[in-house]
Amino acid sequence: MDILNALVALTNFVLIPATAYGSQLALGALGVTLIYGILRFSNFAHGDTMAFGTMCTILVTWMFQSMGVSFGVLPTALLALPFGILGTMALVLFTDRTVYRFYRQQRVKPVVMVMVSLGVMFIMNGLVRFIIGPGNQRFADGERFIIKARAFKEMTGLNEGLAIKTSQGITVVTAILVVAVLFWFLNKTRTGKSMRAYSDNEDLALLSGINPDRVVMITWLIVAALATIAGVLYGLDKSFKPFTYFQLLLPIFAAAIVGGLGNPLGAIAGGFVIAFSEVLVTYAWKKVLIYLMPEGMGPEGLAQLLSTDYKFAVSFMILVVVLLFKPTGLFKGKAV
Amino acid sequence: MKKLLMATAAVALTAGMAQSETVKLGVIFGFTGPIESLTPTMAAGAELAMEEVNTAGGILGGQMIESVRGDSTCVDAGAATAVADKMITSDKVSGIVGADCSGVTGAVLQNVAVPNGMVMISPSATSPGLSTVDDKGLFFRTAPSDAREGAVLAQILQERGINSIAITYTNNDFGKGQSDAIATSFKELGGEVTIVSAHEDGKGDYSAEVGALASAGGDLLVVAGYLDQGGLGVIQGSLDSGAFDIFGLPNGMIGDSLPQNVGPDLDGSFGTIAGSDSEGAGIFQEIATAKGFDGSSAFSSESYDAAALLMLSMQAAGSNKPGDYGSKVMDVANAPGEKINPGELGKALEILANGGEIDYQGATGVELIEPGESAGSFREIEVIDGKMTTVRFR
Repeated sequence: MDILNALVALTNFVLIPATAYGSQLALGALGVTLIYGILRFSNFAHGDTMAFGTMCTILVTWMFQSMGVSFGVLPTALLALPFGILGTMALVLFTDRTVYRFYRQQRVKPVVMVMVSLGVMFIMNGLVRFIIGPGNQRFADGERFIIKARAFKEMTGLNEGLAIKTSQGITVVTAILVVAVLFWFLNKTRTGKSMRAYSDNEDLALLSGINPDRVVMITWLIVAALATIAGVLYGLDKSFKPFTYFQLLLPIFAAAIVGGLGNPLGAIAGGFVIAFSEVLVTYAWKKVLIYLMPEGMGPEGLAQLLSTDYKFAVSFMILVVVLLFKPTGLFKGKAV
Repeated sequence: MKKLLMATAAVALTAGMAQSETVKLGVIFGFTGPIESLTPTMAAGAELAMEEVNTAGGILGGQMIESVRGDSTCVDAGAATAVADKMITSDKVSGIVGADCSGVTGAVLQNVAVPNGMVMISPSATSPGLSTVDDKGLFFRTAPSDAREGAVLAQILQERGINSIAITYTNNDFGKGQSDAIATSFKELGGEVTIVSAHEDGKGDYSAEVGALASAGGDLLVVAGYLDQGGLGVIQGSLDSGAFDIFGLPNGMIGDSLPQNVGPDLDGSFGTIAGSDSEGAGIFQEIATAKGFDGSSAFSSESYDAAALLMLSMQAAGSNKPGDYGSKVMDVANAPGEKINPGELGKALEILANGGEIDYQGATGVELIEPGESAGSFREIEVIDGKMTTVRFR
């Protein structure tokens, strides 16, 4: 019984939140890694692209809500998601036309592109705050829980509750679907193959007749969709605030680099590595240990490695260690 | 041409005279930031007192009061200091109602008010640390120190049969002071405090913090934070994961937006906030309702009292210079003298003008103790059916 209690407590406070967070990071890191692989620069504006996509979705969600349209037990935001994606696609294509294309034609060094994306980041940052404001926005509706903690306790008779939020369930399911579709697209379709060819060797791809403008455009469209989905899932699960999306940039980049920049599979693995380390290192193990250890042997203190304030430091540490010892990442991406 | 010049000069002169006949009071609250849902009614409370005095014919033989609002942001000491500095040097205010949050209040006091010799009366800065600041007799507060509130909240917890608590606080002067006060008092009463941990405001996700708190355990979680910020996030996270079911809510968490945002799961949680069942509280409530704002909103009545005390002290001293009237604040607030309730400011001004004495009671039953802070009476709040309801007074 005690072992079950320990397991449930661990699942409730570590496994479920970390899995949901990891899925959100993985989707974000996929976008970063695609841009790095195909367009060859680190896109610092990715966090704010996510914020923009989420903002579009929130605005459409509010419109639906005021019209009385709902999605039953699921959040209305899922209905609004396609519109958010379209809005974000329009925005990233516009920035590509007006900003990135110029530098691409100049064939500037990647570091110049990074600085350009930094500028784009500040503009998008301001744009989002200008439209929806810097404050917290809540847009989740529908049924909040799949399993409630109290109901779980009554059902099983255990001391510990287990709660699964609808948003966590949706996050994991959506992430799996999106990743499956993306890999099918990259590996099986003609366009996907041409994108990978362009990523492997640009000149050779051009010689074999691949249209670079088309590859770039499709990359941006996919990235916009990924960013919006990641942003909306994060916002549904936690809450939407432009500044926290900007802060997400660090764990997302850490995830992409740990997995190996330019490698989609690595981005997913990296997302989960970062999420689980953040949560595991800052979790206070006291409760779990008390259940597992013999009577009276439980720890006095909290058995917490790092205070929760240091969550971001964990991403940093992993980033530094990986860059020092295995710069290509776990899955052999490109060295930064 | 000559006529025009004369007319201009005359207009300029009258404008200048009108200028000298108004007394400006600064109102520095966090109109943006973590307590932005409370500050509009706080400012309305302070300005209600000014309006009342103006209707009664002003102070010091007919000088009208004008309110100058400034944004303290509640958390950014630099911004609050700049606003206060501007008020003193360019708006030339004669006194300041504010600031609101303890951190910015301390910063404004030490960097601006004390060097410039300006009197400040804060309605809501409750950090125990402000009691010991060397304020040169310029700082007062109509809200009691958290050291008092900690004792009261600890007592309520014990009376409700709570034996162990976990505490989380917002990582600043206010949160730290409040959590220390609660932890100390609760331990003195024989309770157990399982964990005292800080949380940062403005994060998207508090599940890690909640995980640590849940691991430490306890009958109840005391959240010494802000209702529009991390405090809300921690409560939401705790309810979602089933870590805690009921919450202890000190003054920063009291406000109707909290049950609105959290929903029915908050029912049964309880807390404290400065407030009294004095005659004045009811009267203030009525006047506020007539003016179209909610007088029971947190710190609204304290704001009324803070503004009223400033103006009455000026009248008592016969001067609007901070150096002259600062010493009178304690006199008008305390006995002896005629008791003054809200709505009777006109009467009070008349008594003072005739050289009499008053004992200002105001909306919160004001009684200032050394070093210039409210002795404090508290409302015990419980969330019932999604509303913050006052269950008794202490």
